[in-house]
Amino acid sequence: MKYLHLIWAELFRRKTRTILTLVSILAAFLLFGLLNGVRESFEQAGQSAQGASRLQTQSRLSFIDTLPQSLDARIAATDGVKAVTYANWFGGAYQDPHNQIFSFAVAPNYLDLYPEIEVDPKQREAFDATRTGVLVGEGLMKRFGWEVGQRLPLISTIFPNRDGSKNWAFDIVGVMKPKDKASGGWYDQMILMQWKYFDESTPYNRGQVGWYVSGVRDANQADRVAKAIDALSANSDHETKTMTEAAAAASWMKQTADIGLIVGSIMGAVFFTLLLLTGNTMAQAVRERIPELAVLKTIGFRDGSVLGLVLAESVLLVLIGGVLGLGLAALLGPILTLGSGGVINMPPVGASSWLLGLSLMVGIGLLVGALPAIRAMRLNIVDALAGR
Amino acid sequence: MKFLRGLLWFLVTVAGIAIWLVSPWFVLLALAAAFALWLLLTRRGRQAGSVTQVGLSTLRQRIGASSVIVVGIAGVVAVLAALLAMAEGYRETLRKSGSADSAIVLRGASAAEVMSTLMHDSVTVIAQAPGIARDAQGRALVSPELVVAANLPLKGGLPDEDGSVQLRGVGDAAWMVRPDVKIVAGRKFASGRRELVAGTGAQRQFAGLEPGKRIKLGNQSWDVVGVFHSGDAMDSELWADAEIVATTYRRGSSRTSVTAKLTGASAFKGFKAALSADPRLDVDASTTLDYFSKQSEGMTKVIRIIGMVVGAIMAIGAVFGALNTMFATVATRAREIATLRAIGFRGVPVVVAVMLETMLLALLGGLLGGALAWLVFNGFTASTLAGGVGQLTFDFKVSAGVLWTGIKWALAIGFVGGLFPALRAARLPVTEALRGA
Repeated sequence: MKYLHLIWAELFRRKTRTILTLVSILAAFLLFGLLNGVRESFEQAGQSAQGASRLQTQSRLSFIDTLPQSLDARIAATDGVKAVTYANWFGGAYQDPHNQIFSFAVAPNYLDLYPEIEVDPKQREAFDATRTGVLVGEGLMKRFGWEVGQRLPLISTIFPNRDGSKNWAFDIVGVMKPKDKASGGWYDQMILMQWKYFDESTPYNRGQVGWYVSGVRDANQADRVAKAIDALSANSDHETKTMTEAAAAASWMKQTADIGLIVGSIMGAVFFTLLLLTGNTMAQAVRERIPELAVLKTIGFRDGSVLGLVLAESVLLVLIGGVLGLGLAALLGPILTLGSGGVINMPPVGASSWLLGLSLMVGIGLLVGALPAIRAMRLNIVDALAGR
Repeated sequence: MKFLRGLLWFLVTVAGIAIWLVSPWFVLLALAAAFALWLLLTRRGRQAGSVTQVGLSTLRQRIGASSVIVVGIAGVVAVLAALLAMAEGYRETLRKSGSADSAIVLRGASAAEVMSTLMHDSVTVIAQAPGIARDAQGRALVSPELVVAANLPLKGGLPDEDGSVQLRGVGDAAWMVRPDVKIVAGRKFASGRRELVAGTGAQRQFAGLEPGKRIKLGNQSWDVVGVFHSGDAMDSELWADAEIVATTYRRGSSRTSVTAKLTGASAFKGFKAALSADPRLDVDASTTLDYFSKQSEGMTKVIRIIGMVVGAIMAIGAVFGALNTMFATVATRAREIATLRAIGFRGVPVVVAVMLETMLLALLGGLLGGALAWLVFNGFTASTLAGGVGQLTFDFKVSAGVLWTGIKWALAIGFVGGLFPALRAARLPVTEALRGA
């Protein structure tokens, strides 16, 4: 620690070079911060404690096929099930059929199973009481500038209304806020409507349910309960497939894109380039300082200390750039989310990103400093001072 | 004052880069030609040429530092090209699935086939619309189809892990409406039987789709009797007899879409007008080209934007790497440059020489990155959920356009990375530089 001043002075011996290198490192870790956040939010979708204790029951045929509503009571009676609710995919779109919005028709007790969605009790009452009422995610409200109390025209890309047209009208009665901003990006962007109103209005859905969600008493029993629910309809014409919400989300994400692979290859390319670049800077820095290092050795610095000094310098260089980059990513994320009005939802840079980032910084710093440091350690004082 | 001038330079550079990146190739070719002429014909140009040669001849001594420019830019271009190739491959696959002279009819306001429902009466009415081509026997080339999603075990997935695949119930007409679809193994399914054929893309994604095997859809067993290939989005589907699919999925006599071969691209207008004028129908008709382009629009845009943003951030890193190297180069060659200035070379040749050297290194990096992306990613198979229902497999396509974009980016990075060191080289105070080092 007592050499920090010395290391600092050496680092900024050539200001231009150090600053240019710092910006390169900054760019690399800015990218790392942004991409790692995306990767994590994909991987953690549905992986919350609630996700493991909620079961999703769908038609075994495919996710677009429906189940009879009569299953509701039978699932509720299954041993280990605490509560059960159901929902239908509405396929809503705003203004243009291609401008799709996550919208579901849900049973009255749906929100009871999702304690991570916060709704003002008064607005919840209004939702229960208003046939055409909808609850809208906070982000969606902001994105389109909607207000509570206004009428909301939606197009359903699947279901016609009673009069045969696909244009539906709802009343916004409340706002949904995710309790945990970091993992609640999805709840921010959806619309919930009354299942009863939906079912009675469209001629295409007579008592059919898209999927059931059941809360289990004990998450460790989830597998057993899932099997019991599937057994209810075995060999019928509406066989079901039940899995935990976490597993369903993971499978869905996996089918959408292999984010881990994409992010991994980009970061591989970025860090390989970075290694070369910083390595070159450090090699230059040591090369032009050979006489100085020799002087240090002459006045009594040991080989090990010189090695340590150069290594510390390179680690410090990467750390400064990296922390600035990650910090910038943490700043930019929310700005991007806000600026795009919720179209792009950048997850914040979490603790695990910081941890992984910091260890990467130290690792890269050591790797990059190794060769120049060894060279500095092996310096022969006489040769170095003579400029040989 | 100095700051203002720096800011001005910066803004001019940014604007120049933006124009450069959006310019079509012929403008850039003209620029290159003008530059080459200047280099060959004017005195200054020839001077610049010879100074560049001197610089390049000493490049070998600076090989480590120079490789930073090459590798850094190669990395940017490789990542950019890979992401653009992904967008391109996805777009290509869907675009190829459609043509201007065939039409697809869906129920109004349906974003994708699987969301639409057409009753039997509507299907009959649609088949009588004008403009539909006929085969040698005089039958209209109209194919009512029923598209549903089916759950199948993924290849290499966990025991109970299912993926979603698009199952298309078709009749005989489907093969005539889409002449590109060819059976490559086994045979077609027989009508009225629980048999299906699988596309080559679906076969790659899902387990058990080899001819002769039996798979379960819901609680019913189906025989896989053949494999087809079409080179487009159909490859990711399963095809079976429409009647049987309808009974399995309880769809009665309804269908999801009608695909019709038209007499020509010009016949579409009349076809669409006739359908929308018919009071018995509430349908949307579009050419299949339009339909599939729309399907790919959003996804392609997202991938392209991600590619550009990632590329831009990486490019910033590479620019500073290049700046670093070139400043070091100018510093080591300070005495040489000062000598040139002392014997009468003006600033312009010196600036041009440093810039040229950087841009040549950048070009090398761009070519290297492009080649790398092409070697690794061209034809790389990826898949995603498309149209809301099934896995769509597509190949990355490192096209000439993608490579050209990569090269343009590389040159832009080289330009910025060389400009400021070049200006410093030109402003080097001659006496000091000669005395120093």
